[in-house]
Amino acid sequence: MSLEYQVFPVSTPAEGAGGKTGNWRTVRPVVTDRCIGCNACFLWCPEGTIGVVGRKAKVYYEYCKGCGVCANVCPVKAIEMVMEQ
Amino acid sequence: MTMRMMGMALGNNVALIVVAGCSSVIQGMGPKNSYGYPALNIAFAAGPAAASGMWRAFKQRNKDVTVVVWAGDGGTADIGFASLSGAAERNENFIYVCVDNEAYMNSGGQRSGSTPHGAVTPTTPEGKKENKKELLFLMLDHHVPYAATASVGYPHDLMDKLRRAKTIEGFRYLQVLTPDPYGWLFDPSRTAEVGKLAVQTCYWPLLEVVNGRVQVSNESLHCLRKETRRPLRDFLSVQGRYKRLNDQDYKELESYVDYTWDRILKLMRT
Repeated sequence: MSLEYQVFPVSTPAEGAGGKTGNWRTVRPVVTDRCIGCNACFLWCPEGTIGVVGRKAKVYYEYCKGCGVCANVCPVKAIEMVMEQ
Repeated sequence: MTMRMMGMALGNNVALIVVAGCSSVIQGMGPKNSYGYPALNIAFAAGPAAASGMWRAFKQRNKDVTVVVWAGDGGTADIGFASLSGAAERNENFIYVCVDNEAYMNSGGQRSGSTPHGAVTPTTPEGKKENKKELLFLMLDHHVPYAATASVGYPHDLMDKLRRAKTIEGFRYLQVLTPDPYGWLFDPSRTAEVGKLAVQTCYWPLLEVVNGRVQVSNESLHCLRKETRRPLRDFLSVQGRYKRLNDQDYKELESYVDYTWDRILKLMRT
């Protein structure tokens, strides 16, 4: 017997009481060509808004709050934080 | 952050008991704002007691479910310690995760029993005068089958420890250092970096104790000798809460680190 309704729990963001959280950010992470697809950003992202698709990281801007953790943990400094226009 | 890693590590069949804190604020009205786990929100002092009841209820219904208590350091070291101590002594079958951000961060960063010496908080504007409460050693004195510390700077280590904890029967205690940008006064983007610095400067020991046998994790092995430790100032200088630290306080913090590791070495020999 188990709790049948549970799915594999890797958290993904979803719309909450405050709506989509993408418009909270003041800086946005931009992945450059140096990305080696090591999954470090995916592991540390507190919101689960970055993941490796193919061999390159992809940011889901709808929910990214622009905290900058991914840019700091990247071992090859492939993520740049760009001012939001 | 730690919550997400725990989800990855533990997999299915987990029920969560959230003791009052920031984690009870994150979850809101269902279905959109809630956790992926069944969660019970409960008062500070009642977390371990509720977990004891919950795993017994699951056992009676023949369900193989891991019960996890998720508590902050205020709920562990100060308010919830009586019921935690009781549950550990009875060796109840659940995992207790203490998310140690070293103050009551949800209510405004007041000092807790786990705030380190010299840290400035709203209630200790001149810096705290006492040392941190030794929660890991306190739990070891309850003869629990599993006790460990981890840091969000090293997620693989944290996930390994949680997976190992899931396979063990009995009371399992895990204390995770979670740097808090707003209470520790550093830039939020450096959270992982500060978590790593705490381990590298040996301020935060990474170890796990299985049935009384002490195993220091690979990330902390350099701390066993005093010469190979990174200077503590690297960890303190990135945080604003240590800005009032004078030389004497710094020496006291250093001697506190030495004392912690002496104690760990002594435990390893026995």
